[in-house]
Amino acid sequence: MTAPGVAPSRLPLHLVSGFLGSGKTTLLRRLLDTPALADSAVLVNELGEIGLDHHLLRHLDGETVLLRSGCICCTVRDDLGQALKDLLDRRARGEVPPFQRIIVESTGLADPVPILSTVTSEPMLRHHLRLGCVVTTVDAVNGALHLERQPESGKQVAVADRLVITKTDLAGPAVTEALARRLRAINPGATPFHAMATDLDLGALLTDAVSPNALRAEALAWTSPAPRPGGLQSLPSHAAGLHSFCMVFGHAIDWVTLGIWLTMLLQAHGERVLRVKGLLDIAGSAHPVFINGVQHVMHQPLHLDGWPDGDRRSRLVFIVRDLPRDLIERSCRAFLGLVPEYAA
Amino acid sequence: MCGLCGIVGTAPHWTDGVPAPSPPDTPTRRRERQERVRGLNRVLRPFGLTASDWQGSAYIIATYTGRSEIVDNAAHLWQAAARLCGRACDPLDAGLLERLEKEAMRT
Repeated sequence: MTAPGVAPSRLPLHLVSGFLGSGKTTLLRRLLDTPALADSAVLVNELGEIGLDHHLLRHLDGETVLLRSGCICCTVRDDLGQALKDLLDRRARGEVPPFQRIIVESTGLADPVPILSTVTSEPMLRHHLRLGCVVTTVDAVNGALHLERQPESGKQVAVADRLVITKTDLAGPAVTEALARRLRAINPGATPFHAMATDLDLGALLTDAVSPNALRAEALAWTSPAPRPGGLQSLPSHAAGLHSFCMVFGHAIDWVTLGIWLTMLLQAHGERVLRVKGLLDIAGSAHPVFINGVQHVMHQPLHLDGWPDGDRRSRLVFIVRDLPRDLIERSCRAFLGLVPEYAA
Repeated sequence: MCGLCGIVGTAPHWTDGVPAPSPPDTPTRRRERQERVRGLNRVLRPFGLTASDWQGSAYIIATYTGRSEIVDNAAHLWQAAARLCGRACDPLDAGLLERLEKEAMRT
């Protein structure tokens, strides 16, 4: 866990995800051009695809190039874990500039979760890296179709921290707005950005919330609008069996019991619990606790230095696939009910 | 690694030390472990299993007949529990929820 307001010293690993042809490479190219991200190492599938010739400073070896901006760009051959270890090793030996973040491009059909899991399960990587943001590109022209027909597309949207709608110039405002509404319904905490917007802050896309203000804002974004008192707020369900909902608790929560329940739930149904985020009033904690997980990969809980708004009730937000929300809420309350002083 | 018992230290689990942040092996964290063992026993009872602390660094999950496994933390606990009792430990199982709700009413 992290003390309030203390920025973790490990380097963030950000993931750029998105369905085939959704504009990942174009976004990456723009990110590499952004001065605020000049101290980045980027792992891509194929160096040739990204078209770096005019950015190139020199080749460090067959798979690694140094760009004029200071960014390092590498190809991942087979094993992402080994590629990350090699990169960190070269950074430690001073063979590459001391990058401050790693950006990984996932393939269009890839499930983003194993990539995140690589970081949290490997002891060496866990020591040097922390999970940053998952940025998912969604094509405004074909995005709705992908969401209906391709389960991978829905999952990439569900696990995202930031969504970037691309090709809005080809789709028109009505189609783009309909897609944005749909994305908000699947993933209410990730505000959709428009790739073509003149005021798009590319640096902000990869700024993960470590400052107290940013953390409070992120917690509020995920748990707003304020759920109904004592009830369950549910957003409209949609294709591919995805739906999101928020559980609200009007009392302090026993952390140990919640941890037992959540680890058991993720072990049994992790494949279908695509996202869990929560802002919790934990019994015995002087600070609200923010939890954040993607399937079975849980970030370290963070202690906020204060509540983001006047509502001090605990809130747990889930994005699930084909799991009944009533059963999840009943189960959670049954477990918490085992500790009478914290029962609902 | 512990110089006495040769146990390799394990990475902290995300559930460890959240209510009152403190270094491992402090009274606060030992109390948290005790509470976790107590909570696990409430949940594992319907599966015919028990949980106990082992050296303040791991948990022992055991059947009533004595078969047991040592697990580092909650990340491995439920897989071990499923192996020992021969079925998945599903928190959404209707039978389990009925038992837990009845137990909550008794307490």
